[in-house]
Amino acid sequence: MDVIAWGLIPYLVFIVFVGGMIWRYRFDQFGWTSRSSQMYESKMLKIGSPLFHYAILAVFFGHVVGLMIPKLWTDAVGISQHNYHLGALWVGGIAGVALLVGLAILIYRRRSNKAVFRATTWNDKIMFLVLGFVIVVGLLATFTGDTTPTGEEHNYRETVSIWFRSLFLFQPDVEAMAASTWQFKLHVLAGMLMIVMVPFTRLIHAFTVPLHFLFRPYIVYRSRGGRRGQSRTTKGRGWEPVRTASEISTKPPKSAR
Amino acid sequence: MAPQRRRVMAQVAMVMNLDKCIGCHTCSVTCKQAWTNRSGLEYVWFNNVETRPGQGYPRTYEDQEKWQGGWVRTRSGRLQLRSGGRFKKLLSIFASPVQPEMHDYYEPWTYDYENLFQSPLSDDFPVARPKSLVTGDDMAITASANWDDSLGGSEASEAADPILVKLREEANLHIKTEYEKTFMFFVPRICEHCLNPSCMASCPSGAIYKREEDGIVLVDQDRCRGWRQCITGCPYKKIYFNHRTGKAEKCHFCYPRLEVGLPTVCSETCVGRLRYIGLILYDPDAVTAAALADDKDLYQAQLDVMLDPRDPQVIADAKASGIQPDWLEAAQRSPVYALIKHFKVALPLHPEYRTMPMVWYVPPLSPVVDLLKDQGHDSEAGGNLFGAIDALRIPLEYLAELFTAGDVEMVRLVLQKLAAMRSYMRDVTLGRPRQPELAAAVGMEERALEQMYRLLAIAKYDERYVIPKAHREDAHNLEEMGCSIDVEGEPGFANDDVFGSSSGRPVPVAIESFAEAKARQRDPGWQ
Repeated sequence: MDVIAWGLIPYLVFIVFVGGMIWRYRFDQFGWTSRSSQMYESKMLKIGSPLFHYAILAVFFGHVVGLMIPKLWTDAVGISQHNYHLGALWVGGIAGVALLVGLAILIYRRRSNKAVFRATTWNDKIMFLVLGFVIVVGLLATFTGDTTPTGEEHNYRETVSIWFRSLFLFQPDVEAMAASTWQFKLHVLAGMLMIVMVPFTRLIHAFTVPLHFLFRPYIVYRSRGGRRGQSRTTKGRGWEPVRTASEISTKPPKSAR
Repeated sequence: MAPQRRRVMAQVAMVMNLDKCIGCHTCSVTCKQAWTNRSGLEYVWFNNVETRPGQGYPRTYEDQEKWQGGWVRTRSGRLQLRSGGRFKKLLSIFASPVQPEMHDYYEPWTYDYENLFQSPLSDDFPVARPKSLVTGDDMAITASANWDDSLGGSEASEAADPILVKLREEANLHIKTEYEKTFMFFVPRICEHCLNPSCMASCPSGAIYKREEDGIVLVDQDRCRGWRQCITGCPYKKIYFNHRTGKAEKCHFCYPRLEVGLPTVCSETCVGRLRYIGLILYDPDAVTAAALADDKDLYQAQLDVMLDPRDPQVIADAKASGIQPDWLEAAQRSPVYALIKHFKVALPLHPEYRTMPMVWYVPPLSPVVDLLKDQGHDSEAGGNLFGAIDALRIPLEYLAELFTAGDVEMVRLVLQKLAAMRSYMRDVTLGRPRQPELAAAVGMEERALEQMYRLLAIAKYDERYVIPKAHREDAHNLEEMGCSIDVEGEPGFANDDVFGSSSGRPVPVAIESFAEAKARQRDPGWQ
């Protein structure tokens, strides 16, 4: 059981994620967008969206530090486990709560504004559910995951992190992960589910951070013959046809992709 | 060291003669039927016609303090997007700080016609209620793209016209809104296909590009990621967000038609025949410097960027830059160049945005003429017209805010040219002695007045639209490109059409492909 969960599934997740990204890039550039709904509602979005996104950036870098930097290194520069844990608890906790509040604002906005709600697909709803679950369990792990049910101290940097790094060496340290607490296990499983979903949901927009904007010239010239003017978007994924009033009042809007 | 050769590029440009616009909205409607009758674009009009004075569409878009469109010149003399630099844009990417919402355009709707057929027999007449195309709910219609059409509801809506607000505050002018004392004219607007487009500069993804061949500004639908910075960036608000697909869309100058030598749909269907399409040759390396001129010099700076297609040096440079002989010839016959730079009667819309727009306007004399007529004068007599142009400060100031960044003298000169042409040609038509002093008064030759008259009043289809075809060597690309406007599974087009089977994919039957096929059938040299 542990071998499947911590030794096999992570690689399957990786394959699906990478394959999915390639598939999306190759066949659905047209659907590669955050599908902004700011046009319908701006007030709540202006608070909720930056809060959520900046918090998730903080959380992301927190994960990088926690998972990728071995305990040995922080010990070497003289950060005690107690101080490290305290720092992680506060910074991670604040970022996590901000993330949760941001998500709550965004989900409330999505539900309360009818135009935004109608632009919400089933795909989006499932994605929100998984994302919310990952965040809640993550917070749970941060605040309660440091003691095992039997009352022993548990340090994720000696379990989860070691397992995570071992994945890259293709020698998954299954025991290390198995020794973790249930909060962390659930968070990791839910996280893997979320990663699998990335290529197939609007989460894809995270992978198009336009950093090249800082370096490109303002004016872009392109020759008509260059890319042969051909869209790589496949059939059935282009523009939606016009709908009539009766269709609008009876059918929910189809996915914009 | 070899002398630096000047680069020359070609730009498709348009001029609209506002005196001829009757505000019938045919251009808007045909454009909508051709390009924006799709889901997510219900509120979008690539071409719209605005009544001035009025708020425009989206409402008050000219108020750049509010909407942050276009460029500004910084203190250090650099060109910067009004909405901020690149870092600021990236940091605020999670919620665009300045973004028009649906209600700034209008909430699109349809009518519940089904109710007319399906309601049971009753004493009351069944009605087709308006239903929002966004929420599906019943709605009250309170706005549209031309809600203040022909000064409808002017007292209420005109007060918010950004130009009127500015004139009131700065020049202490008060424009009367009472029906008999006001003036009005129509301004049809499409994308300006600017030489220095701020939508393009704002795009984090780099999805908006200018075509090297003809300068048309397009959005790569595959590369657009829906950040919507272009919408903030464009001061004319002529790039739109498709709220279903999450992508930006804009007027593309009907490029599938242009490439086969046909004018845009809006031009083709224009009832007043007020649109002119032709080429401009320009120096792309001079654009940024020109966009940095002082407000009042911007008009002249833009003229200077445009090159004289008959100048031998320009011709040599153009050939060296790869511009084909037929394109050069078209540039020489360009009605747009004639109106903009030869006669100097066309003016750019809001040059102060510093985007160097490529759709120019012959300002209307009609507000002046109408006022004269209403006061019982002979509105066509030269003396009266000239006097009125000088006396009627308000329409002049208003036009100057639209077309010359507030330079009234420039507008006055253009209107005087138009007035001189009218009076001069009236004498010609009525067989009275000609008055050469009319031409001299506006610094023109008599012959030039007559040529201008021909271009503005008589010019036939071929003279109004001088559009060279896209190049043969690229023609097979054109044929394949049908897919960009393709409709899958539509009945009515099989592989072989009336002109014999065409190679490659089936192309939907449209006036463009029809013209292509016809040309192919008749031209033995077609490969």
